[in-house]
Amino acid sequence: MSKIWTPGAVPSRRDFLRTSSVAVAGATALGALSARAADEKPLPKPHVGGGDLIRIGLIGCGGRGTGAANQALQADPNVKLVAVGDAFQDRLDSALKSIEKLGASKVDVPQERRFVGFDAYKQVLTSGVDLVILATPPGFRPIHFSAAVAAGKHVFMEKPVAVDAPGVRMVIDSARQAKEKGLAVGVGLQRRHQLTYLETIKRIHDGAIGDVVSQRVYWNGAGVWVKKRADLVKAKPDLTEMEYQMRNWYYFNWLCGDHICEQHIHNLDVGCWVKNGWPIKAEGMGGRQVRTGEDYGEIYDHHAVEYEFEDGSRMFSYCRHIPKCWDSVTEHAQGTKGVADVSAASIKTGEDQWRYRGEKNNPYQTEHDDLIASIRSGAPINEGERGALSSMVAVLGRMCTYSGQMIKWEDALNSNISLAPSEYSWSAEPPKAAVAVPGVTQVLKA
Amino acid sequence: MKPYTDKINNTSATFEMVPIRGGTFRMGSPDSEAKRKADEGPVHEVKISPFWMGKYEVTWDEYEIFMFQLDIHQRNIRQEDPSPLDKLADALVRPTKPYTDMTFGMGKERNPAISMTQHAAKKYCEWLSAKTGRYYRLPTEAEWEYACRAGTTTKYSFGDDESKLGDYAWYYENSEEKYQKVGQKKPNPWGLYDMHGNVCEWCADGYDANFYAQGAGKVETDPFDVPKVIEPCVVRGGSWDDDPEQLRSAARRGSHKDWKQQDPQIPQSVWYYTDAQFVGIRVVRPLQEPPADKKAQYGMDDKTRN
Repeated sequence: MSKIWTPGAVPSRRDFLRTSSVAVAGATALGALSARAADEKPLPKPHVGGGDLIRIGLIGCGGRGTGAANQALQADPNVKLVAVGDAFQDRLDSALKSIEKLGASKVDVPQERRFVGFDAYKQVLTSGVDLVILATPPGFRPIHFSAAVAAGKHVFMEKPVAVDAPGVRMVIDSARQAKEKGLAVGVGLQRRHQLTYLETIKRIHDGAIGDVVSQRVYWNGAGVWVKKRADLVKAKPDLTEMEYQMRNWYYFNWLCGDHICEQHIHNLDVGCWVKNGWPIKAEGMGGRQVRTGEDYGEIYDHHAVEYEFEDGSRMFSYCRHIPKCWDSVTEHAQGTKGVADVSAASIKTGEDQWRYRGEKNNPYQTEHDDLIASIRSGAPINEGERGALSSMVAVLGRMCTYSGQMIKWEDALNSNISLAPSEYSWSAEPPKAAVAVPGVTQVLKA
Repeated sequence: MKPYTDKINNTSATFEMVPIRGGTFRMGSPDSEAKRKADEGPVHEVKISPFWMGKYEVTWDEYEIFMFQLDIHQRNIRQEDPSPLDKLADALVRPTKPYTDMTFGMGKERNPAISMTQHAAKKYCEWLSAKTGRYYRLPTEAEWEYACRAGTTTKYSFGDDESKLGDYAWYYENSEEKYQKVGQKKPNPWGLYDMHGNVCEWCADGYDANFYAQGAGKVETDPFDVPKVIEPCVVRGGSWDDDPEQLRSAARRGSHKDWKQQDPQIPQSVWYYTDAQFVGIRVVRPLQEPPADKKAQYGMDDKTRN
């Protein structure tokens, strides 16, 4: 067990909580193991017995993929990273170096199991892995996920799991196949594994604030990294347009889906979790006002969307990528009897206030603990369909802000507009960046 | 030495500095002090050279200028030409963009900046020095405690009576589980606000539980434990998230790598401690500007350690 606070230093109240939550997470995994030993039901495919080695493949070696791989390796005593793949050699090398630094004993990736290029995912899948982590830019997720399920692999995939409606439908299909095959599917919406959220939303579901009539969800922040074309060309004069977009993927919708999909999905997902359902329609507005210029591709820098649920309740959503404005990454619910700051795990009803005082956990770790424990126990969790529908909520929001129209959930989900390029290769032309124009841009039918 | 207000060029941000006369004090806490920890002893005599110290903790109003290059953006909007000092400051490294809202919903204006690594805090001082032309740095642990005690030898700078803590400090019982705008409580005898509580404050030192033993039996002048590793390094003063004993003048705390436990990316950011929403900055300016080699020691950051 890692020591949370420095010997001799003064631990804070929060540190104590965190220390004990680590113990709890460990106990859960062990509990699952011993339950497995006592109960010799047939195991799902691929065969991963009680304590057998689970071989992990990593597809997508960016910062999050590297983090996810590290967490998966800490989630269980008998797991190994055995294969890695990325579009770029340099990303693969640096990821592997970081992961080895954190725990070399759980890394066994010889040269012949390191794969580079657009087809790297296929090669990782045929490298004798049991579980794959899908952490490339989200545009690839539907293709990679369906290939992983076809190959009979357990999957952990980062959010969002798709950037357009055809992608969402593909993931839903594959998630159903995964269920039939007994494969575990985890999705990186880590708030679903965060104790503060679990307890607060359970209370809301139990009626703590009455009927939820409206919600406010925000991801207002400064924005993220950018890879400028001039810098990339300096490093590689013969850079193709495909390589440029892949390096600067955040700003191109076929790869990223816009930040409403890439980041704000977390808060939208919480809102749908609170409602135990999906919106029936939405309308919104957005644009790009500050973060303009070619280096920023085609995505907006702000979106505001109003979602409506079946019971008529609304979810008001803001997401913004502009520095030095009113920032908030939070979720709030208003009910007939009270209000909840879901992100702060507090509920107010009249004079009474409840605040979460229990254990806290690191949800990025717990999501992997839970996934692998479920594989061990023979009762694999499957978050694939839910992850796909949460991604669809974000896609719907983008459809609304890009088109300026009110759009029904069913129409959005059935849209035949695919953002994917016709060919994946370094010489292929990726879709041209085009900033959406509300009132003009078509989002439902090609 | 007089109090003064400094300003950050190209912006409307200002910050106040309070003179701290040099002197000698007894650093650490005696065995008899309730709830003290072993790392606070032995009590030893320390001589401190004069300096100015921030009247308040550094707020987002100043820190965001550094974080988001707002001075450069403002200058462009105002169509001002960079001064020679601006040019020096522009050449320095700035933080990468944070993944999420680093206020964690606790508010910006007049609220203390938080969640920066010691590396980031030192880079802030370096940038502030370039920008203003005056040499700012983090306090040493000895300077911090000297200023916090402000001539007192009691648990707190207002005495030993814990029941008065709420008049002087934001801590777990009264903070509503968040930091508060600076300067709302009573100051200490030397006019410094929020030395106890609100946010812990970075010192320039590494954390060594046995460091005081080296100073026992002699009077050291301006002791400074040059950091050799990234963690642990020293933060002082306790925070909104802490209990009274952690706010005592002598209480010490070391940073830990788990302070960035929830940073979802690897390699993790060298700029942000996602899980240290209780750590902030207070700057000092020594009366005697140190020579370059000493400055380099105060500025020791991640790249020169481990």
